[in-house]
Amino acid sequence: MKSGTRLVLLTVPGVILLAAIYVWPMYGLGRMSFNETGPTGAMIPALSSKTWRELFADPFIFELTWNSIQLSVVSSTAALIFAYPLALFLFRTQSRWRGVIAALAIAPMLVNGVVRIFGWLAILGDRGLVNAALQGIGLTSQPVRLVYNWTGVTIGLTESLMPYMILALVAGFGRLDRSLEEAAASLGAPPWRRFLRVTLPLSLPAVALGWLLCFVLAMSAYITPKLLGGGRVFVLATEIYELSITSVNWPLASALALYTLVLLLLFLAAYSAMSRRQA
Amino acid sequence: MTTGVGAGRLLSVTAGAVIVLLFAPAIIVMVISFSADSFVVFPPSGWSLRWYERLFSHPALMSGLKLSLIVAACVSALSLILGIPAALALAKGSFPGREAIKTFFLAPLLLPTLVLGLALLLALQPWGLVATLPGLVLAHLVVALPFVVRMMATTFLTLPDDVEAAAATLGAPPWRVFLRVTLPLAAPGALASAALSFLLSFDETVISLFVSGPRASTLPVEMVRYVEGRTDPMIAALSAILVVGTIVIAIVVERLAGLTRAVGR
Repeated sequence: MKSGTRLVLLTVPGVILLAAIYVWPMYGLGRMSFNETGPTGAMIPALSSKTWRELFADPFIFELTWNSIQLSVVSSTAALIFAYPLALFLFRTQSRWRGVIAALAIAPMLVNGVVRIFGWLAILGDRGLVNAALQGIGLTSQPVRLVYNWTGVTIGLTESLMPYMILALVAGFGRLDRSLEEAAASLGAPPWRRFLRVTLPLSLPAVALGWLLCFVLAMSAYITPKLLGGGRVFVLATEIYELSITSVNWPLASALALYTLVLLLLFLAAYSAMSRRQA
Repeated sequence: MTTGVGAGRLLSVTAGAVIVLLFAPAIIVMVISFSADSFVVFPPSGWSLRWYERLFSHPALMSGLKLSLIVAACVSALSLILGIPAALALAKGSFPGREAIKTFFLAPLLLPTLVLGLALLLALQPWGLVATLPGLVLAHLVVALPFVVRMMATTFLTLPDDVEAAAATLGAPPWRVFLRVTLPLAAPGALASAALSFLLSFDETVISLFVSGPRASTLPVEMVRYVEGRTDPMIAALSAILVVGTIVIAIVVERLAGLTRAVGR
């Protein structure tokens, strides 16, 4: 089929555009990390490893890495715990509203992140919904600090990850055979046992994939740590932005961005190695 | 004959609670937007529309809104113009390297926007494109174009082949088959792609934070700056408007392509 071959020409404009706005900038990012920063903070064009050595000589980088990993593990796990029942419900329900509920579950993904963060500020702030309720029933007299710290960032990040987790789990459940649960039930297994011995093990690949996706998203999340952390939460993402925009130390910012990217690739490689061993 | 493998009451209630949790921020924002207080207090001590009035006379947010709408319209149009032909080729073509080109088109979706944003800042700077309309459009295309290609390739793949084959047997040349058969059949998918790439650009925050500046800042960037400085119900009023706009787009996409299918994979 000649026309099938000539169709390749249709991809050319898009390929050229992506080469200009994706390949070239990523090359520039790599190249920038080999430039140097002078004592005045001005950039010196070079081809040296000085910036990289500077990066790894700073113990703060490892603290940031640890902070990022901790935050991402906790919020991805929390997102999993909340999303799992909803995904299981969508798998089991025979309601004709199933489609609507599924759309509702992922609709928050479309709402601007800043809007949702502002919502959490109103819920968790000193004079917000939660503190008003706590003081209303007399549990505390002082407001409990729930934002501008790690608690607020973790809550906000968990909620922003949930739609992604739900999508991953629903896709995973979609590949399961409903009749397996029914078979277990008709053979007399009580509900909790049916879940522990049949449904849960079968859903584990989707759980692992969803968790990993959320972990990667959390590691590179910037807006939530920035706005709900109120300048008191330091992670790799906030540092990359500070270095690029506030300190304008582009070589170091580029090196840190690439370091984060490599870190994520290592996690992905570890995951695929583990899942291959299991298969 | 039911064996009792339905959703069960406990599971249904839990699922309902999770949905409420997911929607809590958006709902609270709607309520706060009608507050009469000068700070974000819940529950508000009184109700008014004053924050909506203030919003429409806030120069930074209004110019941000205008710029975001223009950028999103350009991004939506350009990503469709470049994305539909590419998606068609990837879905219907048979040429060496098809898989490689497909991977290339989808690759930007795998990178964190934080890294892309910095890379774009470095690349746009020498050309003087930082904080300009063309610069912002180019930057947003990095995420919008792969998205449109992916969505439209799926759309073309799920079209019934036999109608196109019939048109071809009846002697229609390929370009005519495309214009008169394929494109009309793919129109709902194309509209959904247009709506989602518009939204993708309109909501894009991290990349915009890198390539915006005093000369030109999009709405999310102005919102981040505002929320960093103070928290009063004005952002809630703006947010309420955005949420309503998003719901309208979400319903349109759901009707045209199915929301779950459109944003998943």
